[in-house]
Amino acid sequence: MLYYKNEAYGLTWWRLNSITDANRYYFPFRNKSESMLFRVFEKEELKEFFDILAVRNTIVGPVETGLDRNGKPMYAFVQTSDFSRLRLNYTTTKLPAKRYFLPYRENLASFRVNGTDWEKIVDYNCDRPHIFFGLHACDINALNRLDKVLLGSVYPMPYYAVKRKNMFIIGFDCRPQPFCFCRSMGADTALHGFDMFITDIGARYFVEVLSAAAYNLLQIVNTRAPEEADHLQYMRTVEEKNKKFSTHVDTTDLTKILDMEFQSDIWKQWGDRCLGCGSCSNVCPTCYCYGVEETVDIDLRGAKKVKTLYSCNVVDFAQVAGGHNFRPERHIRLKYRYYHKHRGFVEAYEESLCVGCGRCGEACLAGITVPEVIASVRGEET
Amino acid sequence: MNTELKFTDVIAQSREERRRKHDLSKFEYSYKAEITSVHRLTDMESLYRIRIIDELERNAFAFRPGQFLMLEAPGIGEAPFSISSSPSAHGDVELCIRTVGNLTSFLSKAFRGMRVGIRGPFGNSFPLEEMHGQNILLIAGGLGLAPLRAPIAYVQENRNLFEKVAIIYGAKTPSQILFTFQHDMWRKDDIELTIIVEKADQSWKGPVGLITKILEQMASERTAFFDQNTSAIVCGPPVMFKFVCNMLTEIGIPMHKMFVSLERRMHCGMGKCCRCNVGSTYTCLTGPVFDYWTVMNLKEAI
Repeated sequence: MLYYKNEAYGLTWWRLNSITDANRYYFPFRNKSESMLFRVFEKEELKEFFDILAVRNTIVGPVETGLDRNGKPMYAFVQTSDFSRLRLNYTTTKLPAKRYFLPYRENLASFRVNGTDWEKIVDYNCDRPHIFFGLHACDINALNRLDKVLLGSVYPMPYYAVKRKNMFIIGFDCRPQPFCFCRSMGADTALHGFDMFITDIGARYFVEVLSAAAYNLLQIVNTRAPEEADHLQYMRTVEEKNKKFSTHVDTTDLTKILDMEFQSDIWKQWGDRCLGCGSCSNVCPTCYCYGVEETVDIDLRGAKKVKTLYSCNVVDFAQVAGGHNFRPERHIRLKYRYYHKHRGFVEAYEESLCVGCGRCGEACLAGITVPEVIASVRGEET
Repeated sequence: MNTELKFTDVIAQSREERRRKHDLSKFEYSYKAEITSVHRLTDMESLYRIRIIDELERNAFAFRPGQFLMLEAPGIGEAPFSISSSPSAHGDVELCIRTVGNLTSFLSKAFRGMRVGIRGPFGNSFPLEEMHGQNILLIAGGLGLAPLRAPIAYVQENRNLFEKVAIIYGAKTPSQILFTFQHDMWRKDDIELTIIVEKADQSWKGPVGLITKILEQMASERTAFFDQNTSAIVCGPPVMFKFVCNMLTEIGIPMHKMFVSLERRMHCGMGKCCRCNVGSTYTCLTGPVFDYWTVMNLKEAI
């Protein structure tokens, strides 16, 4: 059969020079397909699908990496070609898939020094497409929101663009956890920004197909068009899921309330608890702030310009040369983080930069969670 | 009071703003430039004359007064500096730099012909075209004179387009006064220059105190600057803004005609690293120039 020729399952690598026009980048995936296509397939087909994809592609998926201090399994997005390692019913990962599109450390450029002259060599650090097998809706929405600032704004960022454009995303439905509040942040369903999205409807998988690439790849397994019973089963599954959200954040008029409560003592109370460690940014799927450092190579013949993701909660974030610090106190920095996520981004892009994945609250050493902070700023008792 | 609203030419604006802003391959591109001379101004500050080496790039490099660029010394670091020279010189720029951090300490040892990288120009600018036909009050504290030197050069070159122009400049001590070699030239171009120092020495004959002292004096004399037809540009350390701008407001200069240039930490200059955010506004994209009305409404700006 024609489809079983190996090349058919390799993905096209988008080179940067073919995508330099950033205007095509505003909502990069929206124009891929006009309408969504639905299919269903038997559960055992998924392994077949994975295995064939794995032959020619790099796949990243949720894998169990150990147990946390409560004895519960911890998950991480890891590169794997072994379907049995995947845990598609994972709760959430401690870290987002960020290292694949916004690496914690990344070379922006290197220099070759030659006497008094030098040459700048820029590499965008991506040489092939990656398949993301099993991202939850919150993490897909995180990418969509990052797209707005990193691709849709002025000065689109090539380091992100080339990785983002080379992501093939297979979404997977989730089970709401006690710390999830994605529904409050409008991030519990992904409308775009993925290639296909799989929902477990009990007996079989229900899949939304969004891109032509996904449609083509799905030819390698047996799928069929959904029947009325599948639709009903899908809707029942979604309804069941929605009932399970236990944490909510009231975002009504939040931008205004944040402005009004700017001088509130509440911030000081949270600031006293905050350790300023930056763990929240580390685990945040949408934190993109960074710092740049340059170093000279040990042989003195070259130099590197390295970007490191940073956190606005870390003490020197807004410190300028000469020592002046625009945000010297912890509560001011913590407040700033909430302002960026829940006010500034909303003002610029009509939605919050927070997707409500709850990772920051889980990771915070001082136990500070977004729902609690926002409730307290709103004057609600918790 | 003039109640007529201004027409905004969006077409002209967009034409200016395209170019570098949308091209993915230009993100990390540096113009290669060389330091043609280092002019020592004081113990701490030097004026670096820097030229983009490629002739085409040099001529195409266009900036407006108030914009900044990112200067990079490979392996040492990269930092934002406001351009301190006339826009008409294109890719021959002058930067007034104080030795204060890692990169600037390295630059203090720079030699003629040293090659550096330049990215930019970035940010917005002082709306000097909108100030045509008006009085201009330029108020600088300390190193704040550096970014003001670009609009001063613009005023010198287009002196016919402006009414009265005055510079009020405050320095800590007489030895820290910048651009002394140009003061006479400014005066001869009919720009009133008043310098005040915080701490005088024996040689100092001028006024002593804070910048607000000069403003108070001008206010009491009701000089021509204090009417609706004056625009002010204020640049200096953060503490200065509030005092000076409040005083100017009292005197009667409208808030939207008062411009400040904010200084923040920046690692990219392109609205990505977030280091320069004030509240949630990017100083590098929306600023560094803000009118006082905007600054008042930005959280923690000054």
